[in-house]
Amino acid sequence: MPNPGSTNDPLIAKFQAVLPEHCIVSDPVSMKPYECDGLSAYRQMPRLVLLPETVQQIQLIIKICQQTATPIVPRGAGTSLCGGAMPHENGVLLSTARLNKILHVDPVNRTAKVQPGVRNLAISQAVQKHGLYYAPDPSSQIACTIGGNVAENAGGVHCLKYGLTVHNILQVKLVTMDGEITTLGSHAPDAPGYDLLALMMGSEGMLGLVVEVVVKLLPRPETARVLMAAFDQVEAAGNAVASVIANGIIPGGFEMMDGAAIQAAEDFVHAGYPTDASAILLCELDGCEQEVLSQVAKVREILAAAGATEIRLAGNESEAQRFWSGRKNAFPAMGRISPDYYCMDGTIPRKMLGPVLTRITQLSEKYGLRVANVFHAGDGNLHPLIMYDANKAGELERAENFGGEILDLCVAVGGTITGEHGVGVEKIDRMCVQFDEASIAQFLQVRKAFDANGLLNPDKAIPSLARCAEFNAMHVHNGELPHPELERF
Amino acid sequence: MADKSAEIASRVASAYRAKTPLNIHAGGTKSFLGPEYPGGDPLDVTGHRGIIDYDPAELVLVARCGTRLESIEDELLKNRQMLGFEPPFVQDGATLGGAVAAGLAGPRRAFAGAARDFMLGAKFVNGKGEIITTGGKVIKNVAGFDLFRPMARSMGTLGVLLTVSLRLLPLPEQEKTLLHEEKEEQTALEKINHWSSRTQSISGATWDGHIIRIRLSGSAASMEHGRTLIGGEWLEDEQYWRALNNLQLDFFQQPGRLWRISVPPMSGPVHDGQPQLLDWGGAQRWLKTDQPPDIIRARATALGGHAECYSRDSTVDTFHPLSREQLVFNQKFKAALDPAGILNPGRLYREL
Repeated sequence: MPNPGSTNDPLIAKFQAVLPEHCIVSDPVSMKPYECDGLSAYRQMPRLVLLPETVQQIQLIIKICQQTATPIVPRGAGTSLCGGAMPHENGVLLSTARLNKILHVDPVNRTAKVQPGVRNLAISQAVQKHGLYYAPDPSSQIACTIGGNVAENAGGVHCLKYGLTVHNILQVKLVTMDGEITTLGSHAPDAPGYDLLALMMGSEGMLGLVVEVVVKLLPRPETARVLMAAFDQVEAAGNAVASVIANGIIPGGFEMMDGAAIQAAEDFVHAGYPTDASAILLCELDGCEQEVLSQVAKVREILAAAGATEIRLAGNESEAQRFWSGRKNAFPAMGRISPDYYCMDGTIPRKMLGPVLTRITQLSEKYGLRVANVFHAGDGNLHPLIMYDANKAGELERAENFGGEILDLCVAVGGTITGEHGVGVEKIDRMCVQFDEASIAQFLQVRKAFDANGLLNPDKAIPSLARCAEFNAMHVHNGELPHPELERF
Repeated sequence: MADKSAEIASRVASAYRAKTPLNIHAGGTKSFLGPEYPGGDPLDVTGHRGIIDYDPAELVLVARCGTRLESIEDELLKNRQMLGFEPPFVQDGATLGGAVAAGLAGPRRAFAGAARDFMLGAKFVNGKGEIITTGGKVIKNVAGFDLFRPMARSMGTLGVLLTVSLRLLPLPEQEKTLLHEEKEEQTALEKINHWSSRTQSISGATWDGHIIRIRLSGSAASMEHGRTLIGGEWLEDEQYWRALNNLQLDFFQQPGRLWRISVPPMSGPVHDGQPQLLDWGGAQRWLKTDQPPDIIRARATALGGHAECYSRDSTVDTFHPLSREQLVFNQKFKAALDPAGILNPGRLYREL
């Protein structure tokens, strides 16, 4: 195998025959930015980077890759936090950066047809003049692309009420590994045959190459108000969340931060958070004016009854934005107080929040690493941020082990190893904790049905059975499950 | 309240070894969809029933698939919650598994989502008799392929569903109907479209050629906001929406085959003067006609949709034909889950 970017690589000539020169990147310096995605602890130089401009070029690329058994790693903006876009040493990295056009906006039917390289936020910006927006809003929305969102079934702050990517995509056009173009879904509410559109969502680029996406657009809510509530106990905040939802209110956004996250965010952006609180909740209510006002009153009551020590309603848009700024900047705020941080992404049933946070605190002491928690509280999606210093020997490894134990814990209480970031390379071993052998084998079988030679994003998302056997042999000691003290659900 | 997982898995495993097709059935309320005499040994799954996990504060339900929807809804009602996709035929004995496998949904579907949208995970027996777990019971979960979602609308051809976990919705404080006279189809669609862009409270929208019916659900404040927008007097018309969902309105009793046509909501007319009823804000159109199926299907296709024949007729396929690429793709998926093709063969398409 030639070195990455070697001019002797015979693959280059093959791609030169079907792609213009500027669509092929092969020198190591220019390829360097592609060696990792948002999970920068994992790096790998690709063999080549391809930036096709047309669907036909993608078909030709697939043909060459099939003939030469060359792996293909698709890449949007490279904001993945699970190494989903990490290159393969023998493979081409297929960037959708040049497929970045909004093809059509239909304000009446409230849909937009876009190419996969269009940025998430760019869609909402383009349709703002029609009073519309695209609902899923992952925190990377300024940079991440819709193609990547499809691959990861991206969520965001507002998905409790407005759904994940899977709920907001009507149709995708796909180039299959046979090089054929097929359309899944439609502009109608359903389509004949199996719902393979749903299967594509979150499939981490392993079942085909998405070349066009039709998204559903929503009317902007008439108004939105944000409440902030402080608690002196994390459990009380967790119970308050459950109580609001049990009372029939589905907030547009419902976020929680623990003491460490509050402190870091406050120091960074001065959002006005009470820094002596053990937890704060941010609750956004949206809809028509009258409805929102009545909900605000109701939520205030519920939060007070749940033991909130302070409740504030943002008086105007700028105060609302200030409330949100602390949450939205929680990750960079960590960057200021720790050289490195490792962001986890488990989901748990909401009622398990208290015990899980207590256990995370214990684990933090065990590993000698600080941790802060931000939490999409409404949907149980927890983001513990483990602080470490990569320059100190052994700290990254300790952080990873700490993170691994958190994920085991999430599975043990009835949750999942990843709520919205994906499995990628990062959590591939933990798949063996969450799923049994038959289920993993079934996933592999489905993958094989669409990609017989296993060329699309190999060694990611779904582990091989051999890998699981090896991992489980090391992981389960003396037949004991992790966290035997916890009740199983 | 029995767990029959092992028994069902073993039945399927034997059928896989013997290569004998199975005809999976439960409440039988959707048997009118598909061929009249499906082949295969009957596999009754109604014994596999019971709610496994339901904590109202989580807004999530996990239940065995033979559980009757009626008993699920009774349980949810105690906590003022409901199934968001409003499955039909609840009082006739429909089960959770059948509701998911057929994927039918009521008037709320256009505004709240379909079965696939509310599913969080499922356990099923694949065509080899293996128990497969996909998804989970939490709202956000991107681990593994979401094999549970395509179970909806698969008519049992991909797996025998064992348990399904669903996200629930709180029961609205109020639910009432407004009537609005309108004779023009295009204008009716435009009005519904406009209203639905201005309020989140619409949970049903039909037009029968003369009258637009809008069902609003929500708090007193949001109901009043809706009425100011739409106008008219409140009507308690629960019966209408239930009869619509269960295909029992007078409309459905008229002569001619019943067609369900699924199209982009603002599409032009699909009918040719035959009786029609617009549901889902225009996205689901019911047609009573004896026009040749090819003509109806061609028109649905031209509008970007598809047409399903809801009347049993051995000369008409129930489901809309697939294109060649679609069929190939569907066959690959089916073979990955049911390699011997023993699960409800022909129930959805002859080739699947």
